Amino acid sequence: MLIPHPLLGLRDAQEFTYLGDANLMNRPDPNAPNAEAMFCDYVFLRDNPAGVHRELWYHEQGDRSWLVVTRNTVTHEILGAELASDVALAHREGSK
Amino acid sequence: MKFSGFKVIKEALTGHKGWTPLWRDPEPQSAYDIIIVGGGGHGLATAFYLAKTFGQARIAVLEKGWLGSGNIGRNTTIIRSNYLLPGNEPFYEFSMKLWEKLEQETNFNSMVSQRGIINLIHTDAQRDAYRRRGNAMRFAGADSVLLSREELREKVPFLNYDNARFPIKGGLMQPRAGTARHDGVAWGYARGADMRGVDIIQNCEVTGFKIEAGKVLGVETSRGFIGAKKVGVAVAGSSSRVMSMAGMRLPIESHVLQAFVSEGLKPTIPGVITFGAGHFYISQSDKGGLVFGGDIDGYNSYAQRGNLPVIEDVLEGGMALMPMIGRARLLRGWGGVMDMSMDGSPIIDRTGIEGLYFNGGWCYGGFKATPASGYAFAHLLATDRPHDTARAYRLDRFAKGYVIDERGAGAQPNLH
Ligand SMILES: Cc1cc2nc3c(=O)[nH]c(=O)nc-3n(C[C@H](O)[C@H](O)[C@H](O)COP(=O)(O)OP(=O)(O)OC[C@H]3O[C@@H](n4cnc5c(N)ncnc54)[C@H](O)[C@@H]3O)c2cc1C
Repeated sequence: MLIPHPLLGLRDAQEFTYLGDANLMNRPDPNAPNAEAMFCDYVFLRDNPAGVHRELWYHEQGDRSWLVVTRNTVTHEILGAELASDVALAHREGSK
Repeated sequence: MKFSGFKVIKEALTGHKGWTPLWRDPEPQSAYDIIIVGGGGHGLATAFYLAKTFGQARIAVLEKGWLGSGNIGRNTTIIRSNYLLPGNEPFYEFSMKLWEKLEQETNFNSMVSQRGIINLIHTDAQRDAYRRRGNAMRFAGADSVLLSREELREKVPFLNYDNARFPIKGGLMQPRAGTARHDGVAWGYARGADMRGVDIIQNCEVTGFKIEAGKVLGVETSRGFIGAKKVGVAVAGSSSRVMSMAGMRLPIESHVLQAFVSEGLKPTIPGVITFGAGHFYISQSDKGGLVFGGDIDGYNSYAQRGNLPVIEDVLEGGMALMPMIGRARLLRGWGGVMDMSMDGSPIIDRTGIEGLYFNGGWCYGGFKATPASGYAFAHLLATDRPHDTARAYRLDRFAKGYVIDERGAGAQPNLH
């Protein structure tokens, strides 16, 4: 699989390590009243869809950036890649 | 149809015209007492033990494809009970004991072959860890032998003992481990269940659950609604998809694992050899093919096929361990989708929905579990109590901190 790195162009997926669902970027609020239950879901439960999946890949053998890759888990087709920092920033702007 | 030596000889002399299909192909009835979703090894074994041991009537197995189209027909057929943790080892040893009498119980040749498994040791620390594991196995009534380098060399002289990175210092052996013909296991259980009245319904995909007031009333399928008092789901790599139809999110990711087989060769590899450090394990089938594999590809997948880098990695591991296989030609490679759980261990439990039961999270090691998984799931479905050896396989163990993490890798399925 080739991952279209937003800064470096097409890179072999072998240069990356895989973490999992991009929802892992959305840590629950540790001060929320139901924080324990929310963290349990956050750590252990996954949607695990068959189809389009947004997921975190780390460019370990490259520029050490985290990417959010959109990929189809049924066909392995990669539909896009963004810098995770950009995604996080946009998310923060959006929730202001 | 009952199998016997006499029948085989008779058929050989009369042109093999007397063999009949091994199971019926029934139309689904409108309702059953118990429906099992998934006609893989675990679903079929569950139906078999429900009918045989727990005397339950009116059981159906619903399979979306054909029987054996899932992982039961895709695995590398290794059976063993060499686990460390107390939540696991008694269960897998129970499974090993069921394997040992499987063929008598089902009257079917599943080619269970106890040819032994050897896990290779490369460092002193690893030897200590394997000594501990070997003792843990013995606590649960399993067998284990720690082999020195010399003893190992006598059994498997063809390994590369002096690899610069991973010199071989010995091995942990379980002599009672081995292999079984994977689809023979599915067929044996299917035939045994069918003979006891279980309806095995193929090409019947479950597309939804009918749940009212927190109780399951039946399943929607591609062949219409079928009512049921209890529904047990055992769909392996499709666990998240199926349980999401009941509104559940699971501690599971689906991943692809590949396996390979070479052309048929004269007998050369006596048992199963695992080279964990090099991501490689191998055995030889009765037909002579070298059957081998390695790690999962490592990203979520439902594709039933993997990618080239892992093929390369597995073959490099093989060449490092036993350079002689470089002369063999690769015949086939394939992939299967596995339900990798968050602690690497399985789940056999009730759910929050009355009458709905779940069996899954088998990762890459569920073939060896087939008999015990079926037995324990049948026990749970019939009695509403967990089987003694499967008590730890609860769904709520993650929330409660009772994870069973053999690898110590944490909630990261691709590391288990
Ligand atoms: C390459 C590979 C090598 C392996 N090697 C080993 C090994 O050496 N030793 C070992 O112990 N384990 C091994 N495993 C793991 C083992 O094969 C699995 O853990 C085990 O087979 C899973 O249980 P099963 O047999 O019930 O699964 P499956 O055979 O996959 O059964 C699940 C069934 O559910 C059906 N299904 C799915 N969705 C629906 C639906 N909506 N409605 C109806 N039916 C549905 C599927 O079609 C499938 O037939 C390996 C796996 C792979 C892929």
